[in-house]
Amino acid sequence: MPREKVARSLGATLSFFPMFLTAAILLVLLLKALPLISLKSLPALLFSSAWQPVKGKYGLWPFILGTFWVTMTAFILAVPVSILTSIYLSEYAPGRLKKVFRPILDLLAGLPSVIYGMWGVLLIVPFIGKCLAPLFGTYSSGYSILAAGFVLAVMILPTIINVCLEVLNSVPLALKEAALALGATRFEVVRYVVLKKSSPGIAAACVLGLSRAFGETIAVLMVVGNVAQIPDSLFSPAYPLPALLANNYGEMMSIPGYESALNLAALLLLLIVLSFSLLARWYLTRITRRAE
Amino acid sequence: MKEKTLINPGLNLKKRKRIEAFFKVLMLISTAIIVLSLVIILVSILWKSLPALKLSMITRTPGGGYYLGQEGGILNSIIGSIQLILGATVIAFLIALPVVIYLNTYLKKSSFLAEAIRFSLEVLWGVPSIVYGAVGFLFMLSFRLRASLLAGIITVALLELPILSRAMDETIRLVPEELKEATYSLGANRWQTTIRVVLRQAFPGLVTAVLIAMGRGLGDAASVLFTAGFTDRITTSLLQPVATLPLAIFFQLNSPFPAVQQRAYASAAVLTLLILFISLITRSLSRTFSRHKIH
Repeated sequence: MPREKVARSLGATLSFFPMFLTAAILLVLLLKALPLISLKSLPALLFSSAWQPVKGKYGLWPFILGTFWVTMTAFILAVPVSILTSIYLSEYAPGRLKKVFRPILDLLAGLPSVIYGMWGVLLIVPFIGKCLAPLFGTYSSGYSILAAGFVLAVMILPTIINVCLEVLNSVPLALKEAALALGATRFEVVRYVVLKKSSPGIAAACVLGLSRAFGETIAVLMVVGNVAQIPDSLFSPAYPLPALLANNYGEMMSIPGYESALNLAALLLLLIVLSFSLLARWYLTRITRRAE
Repeated sequence: MKEKTLINPGLNLKKRKRIEAFFKVLMLISTAIIVLSLVIILVSILWKSLPALKLSMITRTPGGGYYLGQEGGILNSIIGSIQLILGATVIAFLIALPVVIYLNTYLKKSSFLAEAIRFSLEVLWGVPSIVYGAVGFLFMLSFRLRASLLAGIITVALLELPILSRAMDETIRLVPEELKEATYSLGANRWQTTIRVVLRQAFPGLVTAVLIAMGRGLGDAASVLFTAGFTDRITTSLLQPVATLPLAIFFQLNSPFPAVQQRAYASAAVLTLLILFISLITRSLSRTFSRHKIH
């Protein structure tokens, strides 16, 4: 009997750890960011584009815009491809192909971000610098928002496809059969039945992919150029929030305001990512519960 | 008003089939894009790594002048990554297992506490690894630690905890209720049921969960960037800095010397092979174990 008691109390105690950790992360970042927020107003920090730590100017706007542009580019590139692939895999593909595709998705999801970054440096960056930019009549070193968007798009594909497949598979077979019996072609079944039934879930899957994209660090850092300016085109470099942290967080201790600014950046990134991922998760659980 | 019907009467069958064919081509192209990108990533990295892929890469530590293109290998990073990942996974597992067992055996599914725990795991799952790195760094400073194997292990353990708990929670939840009831009816208490039936049934899933978490931790660079440090020697104590493969790749790639960059490619090939190896084990293990499973 005592063994059961020990196990139970151990489980009960450790169960508070995830909650404690969540609170601790948010609190620590908030506490560290507060000195700067109390010194300057929050909107002034968020929407100012002057980033000169030496002069005590900590405008985060270029980084926020950089994050936004890179993520949106990846999102726009990844969403059509992943939705079309998911539909193909769930509605058209023969069973064997589905089986072959599983490990491919797993592997894409499992590849480390340095590998993606290296691939970006090897192929995507020169491609954009030498082929795509001249084609559009502009100059680009290749290290650009577009390069980061490309790399990031491939990275979030497996996330979106996996969730999309789950959603598509939950569409009742009877509904599809009913539509087929009415003489619909396969694509009409997809368009008028499957997509109608599963579009909220697919949207949630895309938002989940988006939340993954916001936080991705190393791969983006390697190809995005890291210039703290307001980006003016897809071919110009940018400096997203995670890259800012990765490049500067380790040696921030000497200037107190700087430390505070970087922690504010971390907090901001965390809040953006969490709001998207929780929204998507909440929506997905609601849908699956209703389906049950 | 014209009513919208399922089968558009304004279109003849030929046109409808053409639409079908058009979208099918689009879908095939998308699927091909995904397969091709994986192939291109793997082939380009393996191809680029060939000139530098020598046995000394994985059997030697960096010698003097290694970063100028002279003799040596990345044994320090390979061993460092393994040390880090083993430590982190053990810690994450020791926290995750009791939590998951408690969630599934002692709490009702819809109880407030269970919902709160699952919600916080959800939140932690979404936290980007660079934020774990930052928080780990702050934690490390407050304990007056330097960048070290210990700090790296703790940070990566935090990163792995939500991944591991969620995957384990999902497998344990799949154990059929009837199986537990049968055990209870034989007079077993919850502890015995958990240890002898539930965990045994969920074992393949648990192993898979551990391997998935290991793979994630092995490849993550952002969390160890400030916390684990880097060294050219093999780490022998928890308080020494430790080299990791992703960071070794990152640093070598930033070198201006082509010979060193080539080693970055070779290191990337080594890391990719390790990840491939882990995912292969995961697949074969889950296949072997699931033969004995009662559904």
